[in-house]
Amino acid sequence: MVPAVVVENISKRYHTIDGEVPALENVSFEVYEGEFIGIVGPSGCGKSTLLSIIAGLIEPSSGQVSVFGEKVTGVNPRIGYMLQRDSLFEWRTIYKNVILGLEIQNQVTPERLQHVEYLLDKYGLINFKNHHPSQLSGGMRQRAALIRTLAVNPDILLLDEAFSALDYQTRLAVTDDIYKIIKKEGKTAIMVTHDIAEAISMSERLYVMSKRPGTIKMAVDIKFDIENRTPLSSREAPEFRKYFNMVWKELDVHV
Amino acid sequence: MYKQESAEQKEYLRKLKAKKRLIVILRLLLLVFIIVFWETVTRLNWLDPFIFSSPSRIIKTFIRLYSEGSLFSHVWTTLWETVVGFLLGTIMGIVIAVILWLSETCSKVLEPYLVVANALPKIALGPVFIVWMGAGPVAIITVAVTVSLIVTVLEVYTGFLETDSEKIRLVQSFGANRKQILTKVVLPSSFPVMMNALKVNVGLSWVGVIVGEFLVSKSGLGYLIVYGGQVFQLDLVMTSVLILSILAALMYFGVQLLGKWISEKY
Repeated sequence: MVPAVVVENISKRYHTIDGEVPALENVSFEVYEGEFIGIVGPSGCGKSTLLSIIAGLIEPSSGQVSVFGEKVTGVNPRIGYMLQRDSLFEWRTIYKNVILGLEIQNQVTPERLQHVEYLLDKYGLINFKNHHPSQLSGGMRQRAALIRTLAVNPDILLLDEAFSALDYQTRLAVTDDIYKIIKKEGKTAIMVTHDIAEAISMSERLYVMSKRPGTIKMAVDIKFDIENRTPLSSREAPEFRKYFNMVWKELDVHV
Repeated sequence: MYKQESAEQKEYLRKLKAKKRLIVILRLLLLVFIIVFWETVTRLNWLDPFIFSSPSRIIKTFIRLYSEGSLFSHVWTTLWETVVGFLLGTIMGIVIAVILWLSETCSKVLEPYLVVANALPKIALGPVFIVWMGAGPVAIITVAVTVSLIVTVLEVYTGFLETDSEKIRLVQSFGANRKQILTKVVLPSSFPVMMNALKVNVGLSWVGVIVGEFLVSKSGLGYLIVYGGQVFQLDLVMTSVLILSILAALMYFGVQLLGKWISEKY
């Protein structure tokens, strides 16, 4: 089987007047279809840079990324990106926000719009389609943002600290919610976060990154002895602490 | 929210209404006071009505100008020059801001020129325009456009640059090109800035046109003001200023309504 994403020896250096800043060094890993991959590391370790490279938004200094066997050279419609904040446009209704990607990709076809209606209906936003984002709760906004990403029907989702703008309680609920939707839609996901617990609760495999320049220090397969795991049920599993301590030690956090 | 209003809520709403009414009444009273005060001090000759004019003299002048039939041609001249100057200044300003946003090199190259042009009192160029374009409406409109153009460019361009970078990253992740970033994110998110520029431009266009008419001195309210000053007909000056302030206020409210209408529609 061709892996969904292959990252091969990616390095990235940023150039400024004061000199070069190495952000990533020799990062390699593979992601298979349907997997949920977590990448955890200290802030500033180049996690977001890595996602931007996979998404084709920035070019690596060396190395290459392939998506379903094809080399990434630019923005790829098979990849959907979810950013830190929901970034819903206040001047558009929820419906207009959700079809933003379709508009940009000139994909506003009856079939696609029907799919959007289906998603809005299935995930409980159909009655809010003519509302403006400010009229929705934080969790619903995040859901709308996810549907916006799903509307263009990507195979792979990249989540860049996608929940970090939410308060803790909302965040727990939203992570659970979004995780279930991603699984239900059968998408492959790569999530970047600095929150160890969040990473463990969602991922099937977890990569721990070092401080800048970011390299992969460790890969952990996360397995819980529960059926139909969700982020919330994973947090209650007895193995959770074991994984947490393992990652915590590896991250080697100093104050 | 409760469907049933409590007595406390009713009391709160009543107070709010009373306060609003009081403010409207005070505003009207202030206007009446100014008119009465002005009329009284000139009637009693505490101030010379020949130099300070008075409300009754203004009304008489207005009626005289109206019956002579020249009033509306002057008002009309000034009004259309202002509207054309306003539209040109605003539209060209926004277009130039878009060009600057599209080309970083272009904006970097032009930056010092824009700064100097912004600092320069544009009215100083009035005589130059009259020589170039003749003493007529074209020169007057050009003055009005130069007065509002540079401010619009700088303000709108700054607004463009302040667009939320995460929103831009979002549309980029959908594969948006530069033009789509502009139309889907930058322009709509800068709408309040553009509306603000529009409001500022209303005032600036009037300044430009009146100064232009001072210099050209052929027709329009600006001409009436200069002429009235020269022949010591302060009644004429005051009447023109009054008409001017009413027109400027109407135009301002018009622009405000337009902004409200657009933001409700989209």
